[in-house]
Amino acid sequence: MPRFLPPWLEEREEMKPDMMVTEAVPRKTAGMRRLAQSPVMLNWMYLPALLLFAVFIYYPFFRGLLISFTDWDGYSQALHYIGIDNYKRMLSDSRVHTVIINTLIYGVGSTLFQNIFGLLYALLLNKHGKGKTFVRVIVYIPAIVSPIIMGYIWYFLLQYNGGAINDIITAFTGKPVNLLADPKVNVWIIMVVNTYQFLGIAMMIFLSGLQGISKDYYEAAEMDGATPFNRFFNITFPLLAPALTTSIILNLIGGLKLFDVIAALTNGGPGYASASLSTMMYQLYFARQDAGLAASLGNLMFLLITAISLTSLYFLRRKELSQ
Amino acid sequence: MKQRKRAAVYTIVGLIVALVHIVPFYILLTVSFKDLRDMSSKWVFPGYWFTGNFVSAWQNAHLGRAFLNTGVITVLSVVLILIFGSLAAFPLARYQSRLNKWVYGIFVSALIVPPLTILVPLYKLFVDIGFMNTYFGIVLLHVTFQLSMAIFLYTSFIGTIPRELDEAAMIDGATKTGMFFRIILPLLKPVTATIVIMNANSIWNDYQFSLFFLQKPDSRTITVALSSFFGENSAQIGWIAAGSLMAAIPSILVYILLQKYFVDGIAAGAVKG
Repeated sequence: MPRFLPPWLEEREEMKPDMMVTEAVPRKTAGMRRLAQSPVMLNWMYLPALLLFAVFIYYPFFRGLLISFTDWDGYSQALHYIGIDNYKRMLSDSRVHTVIINTLIYGVGSTLFQNIFGLLYALLLNKHGKGKTFVRVIVYIPAIVSPIIMGYIWYFLLQYNGGAINDIITAFTGKPVNLLADPKVNVWIIMVVNTYQFLGIAMMIFLSGLQGISKDYYEAAEMDGATPFNRFFNITFPLLAPALTTSIILNLIGGLKLFDVIAALTNGGPGYASASLSTMMYQLYFARQDAGLAASLGNLMFLLITAISLTSLYFLRRKELSQ
Repeated sequence: MKQRKRAAVYTIVGLIVALVHIVPFYILLTVSFKDLRDMSSKWVFPGYWFTGNFVSAWQNAHLGRAFLNTGVITVLSVVLILIFGSLAAFPLARYQSRLNKWVYGIFVSALIVPPLTILVPLYKLFVDIGFMNTYFGIVLLHVTFQLSMAIFLYTSFIGTIPRELDEAAMIDGATKTGMFFRIILPLLKPVTATIVIMNANSIWNDYQFSLFFLQKPDSRTITVALSSFFGENSAQIGWIAAGSLMAAIPSILVYILLQKYFVDGIAAGAVKG
């Protein structure tokens, strides 16, 4: 199996060929019957899915590579090749640099906070106290609401005129702040909204990780006189490593492709100041008919997301194994 | 005594957390029930229940049509995901030749490809083959991009079903295909429930695909109807709030009723969005 595949691949323990059902087939079945029984005949079952993948993922992917070397406008019939000009333009454009940094803030920043708070919440809501289920439900609900709607909900808090947060700011300073129009602030606000929305997922992953840890470890540690601090860093945290891996990878992929919340709150503005690679690509294509450049940006995004998630996966897995 | 004190502290901190997290939804409620002429702060709950926002949002954003579109697209997509997903997973789980391992790799490696990275060529393809603004086109797209997860979950689930069952069926003279339909398929119910819930939720909530590929007003889904409504009436925030609330309620209700399946999906390594 290729090394670059996602984690869930590695978790799947392989069945040995000698366990294959073929051996149960009696020898005497011959001819057509044997062909019908051959396991190869089962492979028709994945053909519909494979066809869909070929048409809607792999074909567009390779065509996208071609389009990124053209100056296509999005509708004309002929493709005119211009070599690597789009990539040169992209990498020398300072707006693209800002957008890459924003994308990293959305991806890496949200992941960091989602995991810190997700872990804290999981520890808080694991064993002690009343009303745990209620709090879990409240924290998790945002994750099942559409991100574009979550964006509108936060718009009511962040609005300049009469926004809920600005009511508080006005009460202290006397005048409202235009939170969504200030490029120094709005990028971080978008990151916070994304963190708020999906930290419930991290919390749930950590909770199911915590529930898998046997009580025996803690009892043994208590006998040895370990402090709560010691117990956390020597038992809980190492045993949560697989949960941490899952949570980090999911949040990274989700944050790096962020689109909806940005569309709802700032539409990437002012200019491209709060845009992510996704929203910039969308605008280049639909508003500016710069399809060639949009396709290059798409490829850059693909490269960035794959590189970041596979590298973190590699290091997280290695850390898991060493423990 | 120490135990009880600790439990009390945890309960109080937990409630504070819940309170903080509920704030955006509280504001959503106050805004959607407040008359636009009422200039009081969004923190103040209106002393009355003004339902005019809901009526206006429903009519002006054409939410009736949008709910219908979203419902049809979600149901069709989920049904196809279940059929194609369970079919594909069977040979991949039971017959692991070198070829099939590669095919499995092709399916699951698409889990990390965000659909947006291929927006430009995908859009061109849709225009070329006339799939724009059709149920058919968007359904196939949802199916393709959700299939990775379904195939992954089904394959690992079938892997846990003992092979003795297959062998018993073979001895009774079932063909391999027949065995799938008679033995394996009925056993897939629990994982199917998880897949239905997860996929239905993310297709119901989808904004990007619908925004790109359903541009005619008649074909709009809820999220696109709301966003174009927001573009035209950004001053009428009561309407937007009421519309958002109506769009979010079905998901929240389903979640509260079927929590278990959401959690199972996450535990299985769910991919969000």
